[in-house]
Amino acid sequence: MKEVELLIIGSGPAGLCAAVSAAESGAKVLVLERTFKPGGQLIKQTHMFFGSESQYASHRGVDIAGILLDKVKEYGDRIEIMLNCTAVGFYEDNVVTVLRDEKEYFKIKAKSIICATGAYEKSLAFPNNDLPGIYGAGAVQTLMNVYGIRPGNRVLMVGAGNIGVIVSYQLMQAGIEVAAVLDAAPRIGAYLVHASKLARMGVPILTSHTVKEAIGTDCLEAAIVCEVDDKFRPIPGTEKRYDVDVMCISVGLSPLNELLAMRGVEMKYVGQLSGYVPMRTENCETSIPGIFVAGDASGIEEASSAMAEGYLAGLCAAASLGHVPEDFEQRRREYLKQLDGLRSGPVGDRIRAGMAISKL
Amino acid sequence: MFEKTGVATREMVMTKFPPIERINRGPVAVVECYQKIPCNPCQTACPVGAIAIGDDINNIPVRDEEKCGGCGVCVAKCPGLSIMIVDGSKSDETVEFRIPYEFLPLPEAGEMVTGLDRAGKPICRAKVIRVMNPAAFDRTPVITLEVAREYLYDFRNFKREV
Repeated sequence: MKEVELLIIGSGPAGLCAAVSAAESGAKVLVLERTFKPGGQLIKQTHMFFGSESQYASHRGVDIAGILLDKVKEYGDRIEIMLNCTAVGFYEDNVVTVLRDEKEYFKIKAKSIICATGAYEKSLAFPNNDLPGIYGAGAVQTLMNVYGIRPGNRVLMVGAGNIGVIVSYQLMQAGIEVAAVLDAAPRIGAYLVHASKLARMGVPILTSHTVKEAIGTDCLEAAIVCEVDDKFRPIPGTEKRYDVDVMCISVGLSPLNELLAMRGVEMKYVGQLSGYVPMRTENCETSIPGIFVAGDASGIEEASSAMAEGYLAGLCAAASLGHVPEDFEQRRREYLKQLDGLRSGPVGDRIRAGMAISKL
Repeated sequence: MFEKTGVATREMVMTKFPPIERINRGPVAVVECYQKIPCNPCQTACPVGAIAIGDDINNIPVRDEEKCGGCGVCVAKCPGLSIMIVDGSKSDETVEFRIPYEFLPLPEAGEMVTGLDRAGKPICRAKVIRVMNPAAFDRTPVITLEVAREYLYDFRNFKREV
């Protein structure tokens, strides 16, 4: 059995920042990444990120992954990243079971653990939603931007949150037609600057609309959409047909944190954070000392917050192992200040409410 | 309406434009950021301190039209591509726009393109004056276009005709 000081599960923005932060304090870190490439969702984000300089704002997500991996290299003697490794179990004695390359199964025992496992895409129920050609928006973004595969010719985007409008824009950059973006909500959920980018390309954004059914024999051929009233009930007679070969479902994310639930940390359903989340202190520590959480696994937010949380969790996890840098309190306060800033505006109302409910 | 369509109303747009006298004096930034979101690269990028957000990163940027010389550094830095430069000093009949454009193939100087408004509707033809795509712009090319003056408050995008 492999024994490590600090185990970080996930190498997305939260996991990489946590690794760098903990290593900077002197901790020895092992990072598990389930895919063949570190960086999590960053590696397919070709747009510039929001936030401030501290979270690399105005850089493209894919380049932020590069910046963070360069920092990881600086601490090469203290950070190891294991690729193609999925954490599948998390037990009482802090043993994590790992499946590598879907064939080799082994155990890792860690003194402290940071769960930075991210999120998964929610689905939407409608007739024929299993036809080939109907994807999660994130899956289409992976196909296009990681593998260079064209998902189809004409797309209907379901969901006008940030992911929906950003992926729509990237589809157009790839030369694929976006027929429309629709959302059941009465207002666009995305940052409006993103929505305006699409609007001025001539893509209609249809709020208070939903998918009634998908049509196709062997694969998607068309989608029937309709308007909904203020109670999200379909309005009869408002049906419209879109002939599309791709439909992207982008109706939100849920925190991916079953490992923490398995370990027995205190969990709570918090709607504002989009699902079950671990209760945690302001230092990202769960109800079990030495077990931390950071990024979307603790509640759905932007990558900027995930990075600030990662730095904070890494700092505090290292400190729990006895690696307390001289400027610990100063750095801790700086990360908390960054998080407060990112969550302080009107778009942060929901997050702040969720944080209050999930605080230990 | 804006929150339903992503298309800003004329009234909203007008609040972001400086007076026409300022536009006629030379290039100046128009920052079409209408929503409080946690973002401040425009303030960080401006070499003359003409864009202020302040201590709260969620504040809406305020551009000082006297300090702003229309250098355009902010255009490629804004993650929302919400900034453009307008310049009414070149002629009485036309205005020059500098707008971000992240689509390939890029247009070429001298090319005629179709001007689009904020809803993507064709409104005019426009002439490409310059295409800037230096490394510092980090793959957000900035296109200078000459547009008839009557479209000053409507022109926002273009599409190629070839």
